[in-house]
Amino acid sequence: MRFAGIDIGSRTIELVVVDPTGEILLSLQADTGFDPIAEAGKLLAGVAYDRIMATGYGRSLFEISFDAPTVTEIKAHARGARAFFPDAHTVLDIGGQDSKAIALLENGRVRKFEMNDRCAAGTGKFLEIMAATLGFGIEAFGPEALRARKGLSISSMCTVFAESEVTSLIARGGNRGEIARGVHSSVIRRAAGMINRISSQGDIVFTGGVAKNPCMCHLLAEKLGRTVLLPDDPQLVGALGAALLAAEASALQD
Amino acid sequence: MSEDYRPMWADLGLDLKAHDALLGVLGNAYQDIFLSQKERPEGMGYFDFVMSEVHGLRIKELLDEKAAGRKIVGCYCVFVPEELVLAANATLVGLCAGADFATDAVERLLPRNTCALIKSTFGFKLGKVCPYLESADMVVGENTCDGKKKAYETLDHLVDNLFVMDMPQAKSAQGKSLLKAEYYRFKSALEDLTGVAVTVQSLRQAIETVNAKRAAIHRLSALRKADPAPISGLDALLANQVFLYDNPARFTDAVNKICDELEVRVENKMGVSAARKPRILVSGCPQAVPNWKLPFIVERSGAVIVGEESCVGERGTRNLTDASGESVDEMMEAITDRYFKVDCAIFTPNPDRLAHIEEMAAAYKADGVIHYGLQFCQPYLMEAIPVEKALEEKNIPCLRIETDYSNEDAGQLKTRVEAFIEQLR
Repeated sequence: MRFAGIDIGSRTIELVVVDPTGEILLSLQADTGFDPIAEAGKLLAGVAYDRIMATGYGRSLFEISFDAPTVTEIKAHARGARAFFPDAHTVLDIGGQDSKAIALLENGRVRKFEMNDRCAAGTGKFLEIMAATLGFGIEAFGPEALRARKGLSISSMCTVFAESEVTSLIARGGNRGEIARGVHSSVIRRAAGMINRISSQGDIVFTGGVAKNPCMCHLLAEKLGRTVLLPDDPQLVGALGAALLAAEASALQD
Repeated sequence: MSEDYRPMWADLGLDLKAHDALLGVLGNAYQDIFLSQKERPEGMGYFDFVMSEVHGLRIKELLDEKAAGRKIVGCYCVFVPEELVLAANATLVGLCAGADFATDAVERLLPRNTCALIKSTFGFKLGKVCPYLESADMVVGENTCDGKKKAYETLDHLVDNLFVMDMPQAKSAQGKSLLKAEYYRFKSALEDLTGVAVTVQSLRQAIETVNAKRAAIHRLSALRKADPAPISGLDALLANQVFLYDNPARFTDAVNKICDELEVRVENKMGVSAARKPRILVSGCPQAVPNWKLPFIVERSGAVIVGEESCVGERGTRNLTDASGESVDEMMEAITDRYFKVDCAIFTPNPDRLAHIEEMAAAYKADGVIHYGLQFCQPYLMEAIPVEKALEEKNIPCLRIETDYSNEDAGQLKTRVEAFIEQLR
């Protein structure tokens, strides 16, 4: 049996296929674009699987179009994080349009979670817009910020206001790298607040696209004084979790 | 609606075009949220009818009462004693609104950061779409939260006969005497309005009428303790919402009929669904018609709501009023006793509410509690944090929601609610 998990996020779609032991057989990624279901269909074309489970903000659309069961990103990331780090008790997932801090019980079930509400503050989209305002490519944004010796303070978490704050710092001759670091720090302040509300100690597994940013990982560890663990590909964690949950659901039925 | 009510609405000064739009939205929402449910008790047909005629037949009844010389009193809070209103030969109707309306006009009078309930109240007035408000001969405000008490200062310029009642903020002897004094002042104002003096007989009769209505709701609540739950949280919430719109005696009958039906269901272990669903207690701010946003998301996500710790729910209907008093003064004392127990978050400290939440979570066998807070509702949002902490210490999972009437956050809310339900499975 082959079990697939598909994570339809606001920016990207990931597909993971595992065997019954949880070994990853295949992983694929695509941009979500404006028609997530069409993109998901393309990604699935030619991929062999027996069962599939969907997660991510597009999961309900997928459920209707593909008649597949769904799971929230929260449970999927919790499950996926445990596959990489069996002792994980705290997970931080920062994706394209939302961020979540998740605390796990001993047995891996979700104990409690915090999630940003409404706007893009403190998410991947926020970083993307700030990178563009500062003239950095998204890949270079983290490394450049990490190189800066200090961060210039950004106080606003609203994407629109923060952008004008950044623009005025540029106008005042602020160093681009230092502004970039300030932007990273502002996102970390918010993420750290969420983590502190649900868990006070232990390692943190960082997942989602934003975990690929080295400055975010560095600042998160520094801010909380806790070890930050990174999966091989943090963006795949949600899809992997969904695939593993599909396998477990199937095992329960048999 | 079967009859053409447009001339009636026009006479009340409603903006017919805006009102049509509101009824259109309401009708569609009711279809999607209520009528699409499966395994509904047949008795809910009564409430379907009430909702289909909510601005029609019920308003006509009120206007007929007015034509016969009876007065209509509107209110925004469960601290307004219906017993006194009925005893003075008037009818009490709730005016709280659960939908955004005429927001631009509202924000010319109130700060944007005002809770949705207050804004909605103003929106229905400014948008001229609430026939209840326009039928009312007296509107009662009460100094509960800061938002409401300051908003009444402005509302006073918009309605003809606003009576504002002061409210204690602490459960002290002084607090209680303030409430009692205000209830006497309210009684006089009602007597002046109707020209009818409250007597021992009329007050006892009124207490019994309201108690019967409460007892019917208590019976409905008790049936919801059964596992599987015999009725959806949405349908039970609707009954609680109609509590303050309908004719009391007819409402009591309708709820009792549903209970007869539910008793059979409970006996046969029949629930709203075959599969076992996680059971949720909702606690916090009131949910006025047509604010069905949270329960709709919760029940669509596969859980069932088994109780509401809310003004529109058990906080509003808990405890009967002692009808045994032999004088008006004794019964006034009993009324004060009953209402003074309401554990509204405007009181400080307010330990009874936490005790009631824990009690309800146990009695209704709730797997988890969702704390429902309206954005900018300081009293309930403040209490939400200690409530969550206390519940978690007892290993009762709790999800704190802070939202408003808009659908802007529906996607986020759905994810959070679904994840919470996954946590309970």
